Amino acid sequence: MIKVDFSQWWDIPLTDRSIGLQNYDQIIIFSCDYFEINATIFNTWIVMALLTLVSWLATRDLNKKKENSKLQTLLEELVLWLQKETRENSGSKNQQYLGMALGLFCFILTANLLTFIPWFRPPTASLSTTMALAAIVFMAIPYFAIKNAGVKGYLKKFIDPLPIMLPMNIFSEIFSILAMGLRLFGNMLSGVMFASILSAFVPFFAPLTMQTLGLLTGSIQAYIFALLALVYTSSVRNEKETE
Amino acid sequence: MEPLEIIAAASVLGACICMGIGSIGSALGEGNAAASALKAMSQQPDEANRIRSTMFVSLAMIETTALYSLLIAFLVLYANPFWKYFINQ
Repeated sequence: MIKVDFSQWWDIPLTDRSIGLQNYDQIIIFSCDYFEINATIFNTWIVMALLTLVSWLATRDLNKKKENSKLQTLLEELVLWLQKETRENSGSKNQQYLGMALGLFCFILTANLLTFIPWFRPPTASLSTTMALAAIVFMAIPYFAIKNAGVKGYLKKFIDPLPIMLPMNIFSEIFSILAMGLRLFGNMLSGVMFASILSAFVPFFAPLTMQTLGLLTGSIQAYIFALLALVYTSSVRNEKETE
Repeated sequence: MEPLEIIAAASVLGACICMGIGSIGSALGEGNAAASALKAMSQQPDEANRIRSTMFVSLAMIETTALYSLLIAFLVLYANPFWKYFINQ
């Protein structure tokens, strides 16, 4: 039994919406017996489809033309800018972090900037999405550390100044990642909440300014998430090669 | 007073106090960070880009404390565990 219900996804959240944490993930769009797709997952798919479409359009005919298209120039500029950032932050072997950082940055930026569509609830304003993104970084830290410095070098980080600091180091490892997910979630949720609360009092123009501010906050948050992921993953690397 | 009334009043008050006091520290800290970053940028304009990116990262770090209090305020207002406990009783 398949049910499709777009009515809740479609209604504009600013006009009349119950404000709450719990109903954000509970807008069910598709349901098939026990299998449910909520609005957060659906909006994530929209973002993914948009990113895939833009990159496909930009890289479609790379060899045929001699002159670059505008879209390709834009994406090249983005990649070069992030390459510069990685070079400043993560030493000599910076090329390996670029894919992760660029993926995180593009996904979060697109999700945050799409909030200018009134009925689009950004997937980054749901705790499950941001925690999944933080989990990616959490898995990437041991991967890059073992790849660059070996198992010994990775485990050495935990007893760095003294072996007695072991519990502290484990705590800081876990909580820095948790804080990353919570920061993105809190920023985006406060933006959405603030706009919807303001629109209950002053309907048209006051929420508009807050939404505009939300675009700025969203892009800064995307930058910060990618930068922190870079800093954390490149914290352990082979020191001999960097100097 | 009924327990539910006490919980409602206490959670509204708690959320307001939590946001009010919780944001003081991070506001002062962000002000300090931005002021010293501006000072450093005016003294060394060549290093402005690097200072700016470091400033953004540290601003996000400082902002986290205010966001924790925001999350606690939301938790207390919309997902209060004691509320459900007394309703089910």
